[in-house]
Amino acid sequence: MSKFRKKGGKGQPAISTAALPDIVFMLLFFFMVTTTMRETTLKVKVVTPKATEVEKLERKSLVSYIYIGEPIKALQAAFGTAPRIQLNDAFATKEDLFQFVEMEKDKRDEAERNMITWSLKVDQDTKMGIVTDVKQELRKVQALKINYSTKKTDKILD
Amino acid sequence: MAKREISEINAGSMADIAFLLLIFFLVTTTMDTDTGLIRKLPPPPEEEIEQIDVKQRNIFEVLVNANDQLLAEGEYIQVTELRKKAKEFIKGDKNNPEMPEFAVEEVPVFGTMEVSKQIISLQNDNGTSYEMYIKVQNELIGAYNELRNELAREKFGKTYDELVAQSESSETIENQMQAIKAIYPQRISEAEPKKIGGSN
Repeated sequence: MSKFRKKGGKGQPAISTAALPDIVFMLLFFFMVTTTMRETTLKVKVVTPKATEVEKLERKSLVSYIYIGEPIKALQAAFGTAPRIQLNDAFATKEDLFQFVEMEKDKRDEAERNMITWSLKVDQDTKMGIVTDVKQELRKVQALKINYSTKKTDKILD
Repeated sequence: MAKREISEINAGSMADIAFLLLIFFLVTTTMDTDTGLIRKLPPPPEEEIEQIDVKQRNIFEVLVNANDQLLAEGEYIQVTELRKKAKEFIKGDKNNPEMPEFAVEEVPVFGTMEVSKQIISLQNDNGTSYEMYIKVQNELIGAYNELRNELAREKFGKTYDELVAQSESSETIENQMQAIKAIYPQRISEAEPKKIGGSN
C-alpha cells in the first residue's frame, strides 16, 4: 500500500550543478576539435587518389594547400565543369600562384619560409595538363617541396 | 510551508556521461591530417641549359599516354607490373650490358662502394589522368622503398622506415640511413609533358 508512496511529500529537489563544469569542458573540447578542421570552404570537388607509399605530413602549420578540380555542383552553372585551381577561398588562375606563394611565405617566420610544403589536393579525374602548369609555376617561384595529397590504401589496382 | 528535507538527485554519474560524450566526439571527428606522396621539384631551369649526356642503358624510360596506357622501356605493361620492373632496373646487374653502369662512390658506413647510375625518366601526356599519374609515381617510389627496406634489413636488421623513424635519436642510425640512401638514391626525373593526345 505504502510501498510506492514517496517518503513524505517533498518539493522540488535542487538540481545539482556538480556536473556543469564537465558539460562545459565537453563543449569546449568539442568546439576546439571541430573548428580546426576546415580553414577553407571547398569550391571544387576533390577526391584524392589512393596510394600505398604515403607519408604523413608533419607540422601542419608549414603546409599550404592548392586545390584543383571541377567546381562543385552548386557552382557549375556559373563556372562550368572545366577543372579549376582554388587558392584559399577563391578560384584562381595559374598566374595568381605567384602572389599566393608570396603571401603564404609572408605568413611564416623568416627562418621557416623555405620549409613550407605545398600540398596539391587534386581530384583524381583531373587531367595532368593543369597539374603540370601549376607545378611549373611553383618551380618558377622556388616552391619546390610539394606533396601530392593521397589517401592510404593497401593495394593499387590496374 | 513547512521546510521539508529534499534529497538531491544523484549527479555522480553525470561526469561519466560527459566524458563518454567527449570521447565519442573525439573518436568520431576525424582530424584532417594530410597524407600524401612527398616529392621535390627540380629548381627552375637557368638561362643556359647544360646538356648532360646520359647513356641510354642508365635510363629507365616510363611513358604514360593520354589513354592512361603505360610504356616501360618500350614495353606495354600494366601498372601493377611496373614495381617489379623498376626494382630490377634500380638494383642493376653488373654483368648485364643492358643494365645501368656502376660508379665507385664514397658511402657512409660502408666506405667506397659501387653504386648504380640508375635514373628513372617519367614522361606523361597532358591528357593523362591524375589518378594514373599518382599510381605510376607511387609504384616508382614503392620500388625504391622496397629496395631500401630489403637492403637495410639485410645489413642492419631493421627496415629503412625504422631507420628513418629512429634517425633523430642516434647518430649511428642516422649514418646507416644515409648509407642506404646513398646506395639507392631516388632519381626520378620528370620530362616536360607532351601536348598531344588532347588536354583539357
